Amino acid sequence: MPNKQETTIDKTKSSSNPFKNSRVSILNKIMPILLFLCAIVSVFTTIGIVITLLSETVNFFREIPIFDFLFGTKWSALIEPKQFGILPLLAGTLMITSIAIIVALPIGLASAIYLSEYAPDKVRRIVKPILEVLAGVPTIVYGYFAISIITPIIQFIFPSAGVYNALSAGIAVGIMIIPMICSLSEDAMSAVPRSLRDGAYALGATRFEVALKIVVPAAFSGIVSSAVLAFSRALGETMIVSLAAGSTPTLTFNPLDSIQTMTAYIVQVSLGDIAHGSIEYGSIFAVGMTLFVFTFLLNILAQYISRRFREEY
Amino acid sequence: MSTLIEAKDLNLFYTDFHALKNVNLTIPEKAVTAFIGPSGCGKSTLLRTLNRMNDMIAGTRIEGKLTISGTDIYSQEVDVETLRKKVGMVFQQPNPFPKSIYDNIAYGPRLHGIKSKQKLDEIVETSLKSAALWNEVKDHLKRSALSISGGQQQRLCIARALAVNPDILLMDEATSALDPISTLKIEELVQDLRDKYTIVMVTHNMHQAARVSNQTVFFLNGEVVEYDDTEKLFSNPEDQRTEDYISGRFG
Amino acid sequence: MNIFHDANRKQIANRRVKDKSLHMIFLLATSVGIIALTVLLVDIIIDGWSNLSPDLFTNFPSRKAEDAGMKSGLVGSMYIMLILVPLSFILGVGAAIYLEEYAPKNKLTRLIQLNISTLAGVPSIVYGILGLALFVRMLSLQKSLISGALTMTLLVLPIIIVAAQEAIRAVPRSRRDASFALGATKWQTVSRSVLPSSLPGILTGVILAASRAIGETAPLIIVGASTYVAFLPKSLTDAFTAMPIQIYNWISRPQVAFKDLGASAIIILLAILILLNITAVIIRNKYQKNI
Repeated sequence: MPNKQETTIDKTKSSSNPFKNSRVSILNKIMPILLFLCAIVSVFTTIGIVITLLSETVNFFREIPIFDFLFGTKWSALIEPKQFGILPLLAGTLMITSIAIIVALPIGLASAIYLSEYAPDKVRRIVKPILEVLAGVPTIVYGYFAISIITPIIQFIFPSAGVYNALSAGIAVGIMIIPMICSLSEDAMSAVPRSLRDGAYALGATRFEVALKIVVPAAFSGIVSSAVLAFSRALGETMIVSLAAGSTPTLTFNPLDSIQTMTAYIVQVSLGDIAHGSIEYGSIFAVGMTLFVFTFLLNILAQYISRRFREEY
Repeated sequence: MSTLIEAKDLNLFYTDFHALKNVNLTIPEKAVTAFIGPSGCGKSTLLRTLNRMNDMIAGTRIEGKLTISGTDIYSQEVDVETLRKKVGMVFQQPNPFPKSIYDNIAYGPRLHGIKSKQKLDEIVETSLKSAALWNEVKDHLKRSALSISGGQQQRLCIARALAVNPDILLMDEATSALDPISTLKIEELVQDLRDKYTIVMVTHNMHQAARVSNQTVFFLNGEVVEYDDTEKLFSNPEDQRTEDYISGRFG
Repeated sequence: MNIFHDANRKQIANRRVKDKSLHMIFLLATSVGIIALTVLLVDIIIDGWSNLSPDLFTNFPSRKAEDAGMKSGLVGSMYIMLILVPLSFILGVGAAIYLEEYAPKNKLTRLIQLNISTLAGVPSIVYGILGLALFVRMLSLQKSLISGALTMTLLVLPIIIVAAQEAIRAVPRSRRDASFALGATKWQTVSRSVLPSSLPGILTGVILAASRAIGETAPLIIVGASTYVAFLPKSLTDAFTAMPIQIYNWISRPQVAFKDLGASAIIILLAILILLNITAVIIRNKYQKNI
């Protein structure tokens, strides 16, 4: 029971409120609204991308039947007779991306294992920033690398290869995504708790055995997710393939052939003069839509894998 | 302005948790009142209702009345920024801004519209003197506030709170993170300040409450068990629970 | 009999050899990237060094390699940056402040957050397509400097937002409490206490975004950057070009002289990027002491 103390309450207190502010802060009221508008810009960007791609693609499909687009094997947008079957462009894109992943995944993963399990601190501190630098190199520089160094080497090894071929571009794209796979996989491996490794070492395992039998399986979801993200990045790559892979849409599985990717086609069309509303203009959006859908689905897949199969520690 | 603080049937809920139960309390002006009690008893919670810092925790709900100078501080007409100008607070961990000593003190007055350099200089000097820190830092006002010791930082925080000219000063375990010498300095400071300000301090150190305060309030499980003049509460408490806490039977 | 008497020496030795050789393989793999980078840099310098002269900066592109320079590209890139940096800063930091300080924890906020991370994964060429439809055609800004700058702003926005959000989140709660306890309004606390503390992280994000924007080629091509521009844009709606476009134009020509010119231009581009990144490191180190 609370103790009641006798207090005299001052009955002559003023009835006015001493906590009333004479200054009204307008800024405080406006800023949240302005800041919200800034945040909405990003939403509008996404809406804008979806709407523009969708509407122009729909227009495009009024002229070109969607079946012909999706399953046609001939793409000839700028030369008569005009045909718009996307399979050659799709095949070209997928070939480049596959070559890139074949190059980047083993090297990226091996580098990640080295940095995470083998490298002494000093080495890590030097190598990690270097890899970050690699990640920041503009793709046009990789394009130069492709045409001035890689292509001559390929032509030397395979005399049948032309100046434009998928292999050179694929290798260059692969080198470009190595840092991505390496750093994302290394992050996933670092997240594996020390105690798991210690348990294996205490049983007499070698570093290799710990890496391959304990760490990699534990970090598997992160590693797979990084590969999917790198695949998506390679899919959207433009400048390297524009410079090195060629501009001949061909449905082929021979990496020494000259091909054209979806992205390179869009660049090719944009470099020329295209009339607004023409079928070529529409084809930019149809191909762009295909590209967007692919990368979007891949990104969602990567997030799903990363979350769903993550080991709980 | 009378700074009489009164709580009438005050209840506070953090969503479903009943943190303060039917608090009825009067806190006198120009004196030091100490809130004591074991951890989690509600003393910090009540302290934070006095400057409405609890508002920032989502799901907080108040029932009952809490008046300062006769005005219900939770009413719609009360401007919370003005309330906080008149009811200052010093926290457990010294939290100076990563700015210069001068800019730390000047931060508050600048918020409320004071721009003249001359006036700010005056305020900085007065506040630092009131906090017994002036002599130690007067030649280094432009130095970063993070470069002085922990005890000095806490006195800086007191000076910063005084710079906006409050009537009431709340201290939330302000010395528990400090060494004994700094603690003593701040206790002396509180004694000096009590003529000008109404001070409410939360402390987990009963001996500090006994040394420094005029009135002590004992909390337990969200309730005010007993409050009285400090001397009386510590020598002859009315409630058995108070007696048990003071003699160390639980804590 | 010692405790190792039943150890299978042969098997252990095998495993050790395996471990050592794989150590080598992993080390080699890591070096591949570094070797590639070195080869690339050496090649570029060899090809492009001879062309480095003041003429490169002051000349316009020309049909003759000896007379060509990248003035229009340099100036074009600079103009784009002058628009992009302040615009993306305001929009990006504004969005970050909203999301961290004001946004209620509801579905809309989560949607906006998800949206931003999705945008970060969209290929840059798609931004170019958006820019073509929205800025060039719908807003009738034509193939102009402003179209390019606005398109690039949208591209780098997610980068700045993410960096700014992280920087703001890193400001400790106690700092905000101290400000509120002195009677500050929400905006006063944000603008006078939170933002100054998070500025170094934000600036690093801006520099990252600028580095990305300077090197991007594809979106600008789609939006209509000209590949042969022998003049400087005088207004926002003039035709324009940029450094990466110029580089692309030169290295895709068959003549070796132009390819070498492209290499020189790449050296300039890389030098600018290195400068930007050094600035970022300096800023980070300088402010690290104050926090």
